[in-house]
Amino acid sequence: MAGGCVVAGSALAYLVRDARALPAEALRPPGALAEDDFLGACIRCGLCVRDCPYDTLKLAELGEDGPATGTPYFTARDVPCEMCDDIPCVAACPTGALDPALQNIDDARMGTAVLVDQENCLNFLGLRCDVCYRVCPVIDEAITLETSHNARSGHHAIFAPTVHADHCTGCGVCEKSCVLPEAAIKVLPVRLARGEAADHYRKGWEEKAAKGAPVVEGIIDLPDRLPGPGTDNLAAPGGFEPSFKPMGGNP
Amino acid sequence: MAKGWIGAHRYLLLRRASQVFFLALFLIGPWFSVWIVQGTIAGSLTFGVLPLTDPFIALQSIVAGHWPAATALVGALIVLAIYAVVGGRVYCSWVCPINPVTDAAHWLHARLGLHKGWQPKRSARLWILGTVLVVSALTGTIAWEVVNPITMLHRGLIFGMGAVWAMVAAIFLFDLLVARRGWCGHACPVGAFYGLLGRTSLIRISAANRSACDDCMDCYAVCPEQQVISPALKGKAGSTPLILAPDCTNCGRCIDVCAQDVFNFTHRFDDHLAEPSSSASERSAA
Repeated sequence: MAGGCVVAGSALAYLVRDARALPAEALRPPGALAEDDFLGACIRCGLCVRDCPYDTLKLAELGEDGPATGTPYFTARDVPCEMCDDIPCVAACPTGALDPALQNIDDARMGTAVLVDQENCLNFLGLRCDVCYRVCPVIDEAITLETSHNARSGHHAIFAPTVHADHCTGCGVCEKSCVLPEAAIKVLPVRLARGEAADHYRKGWEEKAAKGAPVVEGIIDLPDRLPGPGTDNLAAPGGFEPSFKPMGGNP
Repeated sequence: MAKGWIGAHRYLLLRRASQVFFLALFLIGPWFSVWIVQGTIAGSLTFGVLPLTDPFIALQSIVAGHWPAATALVGALIVLAIYAVVGGRVYCSWVCPINPVTDAAHWLHARLGLHKGWQPKRSARLWILGTVLVVSALTGTIAWEVVNPITMLHRGLIFGMGAVWAMVAAIFLFDLLVARRGWCGHACPVGAFYGLLGRTSLIRISAANRSACDDCMDCYAVCPEQQVISPALKGKAGSTPLILAPDCTNCGRCIDVCAQDVFNFTHRFDDHLAEPSSSASERSAA
């Protein structure tokens, strides 16, 4: 009997592990715990689905190539999260799988929008589509339009929709609204959307600003090698072979 | 003494009505927008105020390392309290949506006269229960919900079946062809959990009139957990006539089928024996 339990238990553990692979298109409701914790907390009762006024949330059905069976999710391109102020799905959750600590929907992190296809994004082609920017519930914070020179036309600007992950809730309204047949901006799970800086990395300029002085005392300021005539930068127009002579005075 | 068809199927009909009733409570919301109960059998909210949670699922969540929020815990305690009164495995025979499936399989099994097949020990379900809790703890998930046919069928009927029919068919075929009374009687850890919960439950069936038993064996034939009958029915003089075994589902079919009216519903402190009836004493005198 014990042997049978080990075999059956291993099979069950395998199924459980398999169920943890959340597909990239499937987004959890606002406030959902991290996926590993979520599957230990969600009892798959569907109360969040019932209280979602926009029918955004669905329960995964058995056998579909989706999240763990019976767990709630939404697909941004179908019905995005409308970011209700009172967050009824979180209020409905009896177990805390949707964390009641989420009080302000702007703090939700269901995923992160990524402009995945600059080659097809109309704004990147130099047009003024702007739809993802206009519909963003956190407009001018989560998505801004960053201007740059349009080298193709030579005399226009490119208004690049630019996502700022610190403010993006992952609601998916941008992905839903993208006018292309296949959205150029997509909400991805944070694990796919974002990199992560190493713990020991420090941004020198931030450290310097925080300290109000150079981080390392007594550092030597060498001459800047700028492009342009009169320098030794060969890559720059007007550059020339270095007849470099150490500046007098500096050791 | 003839009971008539209705008399001989009273508790079966009540039980089917109960199963339909509890399912209907959940279904009239999505079907007719009459929201009495929201959610599923795993967790629900009645009239917007009464939370109910499956205590076995809550227990798995706890061993997985998540302490459920107060709503779910209160709901689980209410369910625990209810089944501690009415009998733990009343869940199995009066509420569980898989019960009609396995009952149908057993009906067909009997009609076809099939062999009983593989009969693992009744304690197998306790081992499976333990295994589920260990896997929940090791993986940090509510492990049984990955395969639990009860919540899958219930949720499927309410939210969309997906491939759940295949799961239900598998249970039916398992009970029909592999193991008679296999799923509910030997394998299901949910039933095992509710059985443990019902160890001290209040409402019990008593073979109070056991002196009238004429050994027709009808109750053994109809009982899904036959092993619970003998200690009460065939106990030595002075032993309790109460069916105290936690495996008993309080389905009441023994009461239905018994032509001698040996059994009745009572509570666990009522261990009186009926006076031997005249017919029984005549028989023993003969």
